[in-house]
Amino acid sequence: MQHISLVTPEYADRRAIRANSDCPQLWDILDDVFDPELPAVTIWDLGILVNVQALDGNDCKVVVSPTYSGCPAIGVISDDIKIALQHAGFNCVEVQVSLAPAWCTDLISPAGKTAMLQQGIAPPADKVVCPQCQSESVALISQFGSTACKALYRCKSCLEPFDYFKDF
Amino acid sequence: MKNLNDTALYNYVLGLADDALILGQRTSEWCSRGPFLEEDIALSNLALDYIGRARMYYQYAAQIEDKGRSEDDLAYFRDERQYTNLLINELPNFDFGFSIVRQYLIDTHACLYLEQLQQSSDQHLSQIAAKAIKESRYHLKRSETWILQLGQGTVESSERLQNAIDELWGYTPEMFISTPFETQLLATKTAVARESLKEKWTAQVTAHIKASDLQIPEQQWQVVGGRKGDHSEHLGHLLANMQIIQRSYPGLEW
Repeated sequence: MQHISLVTPEYADRRAIRANSDCPQLWDILDDVFDPELPAVTIWDLGILVNVQALDGNDCKVVVSPTYSGCPAIGVISDDIKIALQHAGFNCVEVQVSLAPAWCTDLISPAGKTAMLQQGIAPPADKVVCPQCQSESVALISQFGSTACKALYRCKSCLEPFDYFKDF
Repeated sequence: MKNLNDTALYNYVLGLADDALILGQRTSEWCSRGPFLEEDIALSNLALDYIGRARMYYQYAAQIEDKGRSEDDLAYFRDERQYTNLLINELPNFDFGFSIVRQYLIDTHACLYLEQLQQSSDQHLSQIAAKAIKESRYHLKRSETWILQLGQGTVESSERLQNAIDELWGYTPEMFISTPFETQLLATKTAVARESLKEKWTAQVTAHIKASDLQIPEQQWQVVGGRKGDHSEHLGHLLANMQIIQRSYPGLEW
């Protein structure tokens, strides 16, 4: 299994926001919320969790940024966030969907990319590599895969088809 | 709405929203009818991108209007004559070649248009544009490839594409006409001057169509009117299909 440990400046910025937050426990709770279409990747690792703010009492507010403007998962994600916080005793009064800065694949954490790879999804990279056999000899089958954020490839070495998380 | 500029902005954003929704709805008709599975998925994803774009514009329009109407109210409870989308977006899909040519013409336009809209003095619009342009660039890669493949493909594929180009060409001038609202918003650098995109678009499209062994028709006709609510017979059918559930059961949710 190849190891990806490249930290992008975009991810480093996110990590700094989280490290300087006055409510680290809320971020930790949300580490249990996964993307419904990529069940191995948390919303933090995917880069769609932008910010968490503690308000008065047990109230809090969460800011998310959708991957694609037509992403149908954003409704489920908002519900999952509210439920996770509620179970931990907090009341999420708002999940704000923010457009700026626009989501991009550089926001994904190294752990997120490793999780994709373990699920057989090629993470976004300059070069598409087969997640099964690491061959670089691959061919595009379709620009769109099972979701808007993925494209469909075929490996010419091991002949397996695979999803590639589009570099966006 | 507090002033005249708000009225202009509302109408401008609503036009952009209608463009996105009508094309998204039209493209979604391909779902389960694509020529093969991968293309079916691609077309459905394309439709989703446009419907997502429509939502961002409608939400903003509703916010400017400030009368308590929601994005859904704007989409489901306006009639044909109140829709101000461009006519090219509402034409039926006919065949795959027609849909792809339309998409190619619109993608090329969208990339140029959104690049300008990113510079809008209206922060909300520039944010939507920044999000949408990445998607449109990806769409353009795909539609460009299809034009080349089908244009240089078989006698039939090239003929179908040429027929589509001939049919669609007269609908393209409307993309380059600013409405009075848009003209008004140019003063504040909010809207994009549509006329300014024509030269670049024509050069880009002409070069690619020729490289795909297809011809640009000599244009002798044009159809306009969508922005004023004068539509083809096709929009009413599309809206009926799209709106019937909300009109039969107002407020229904999934």
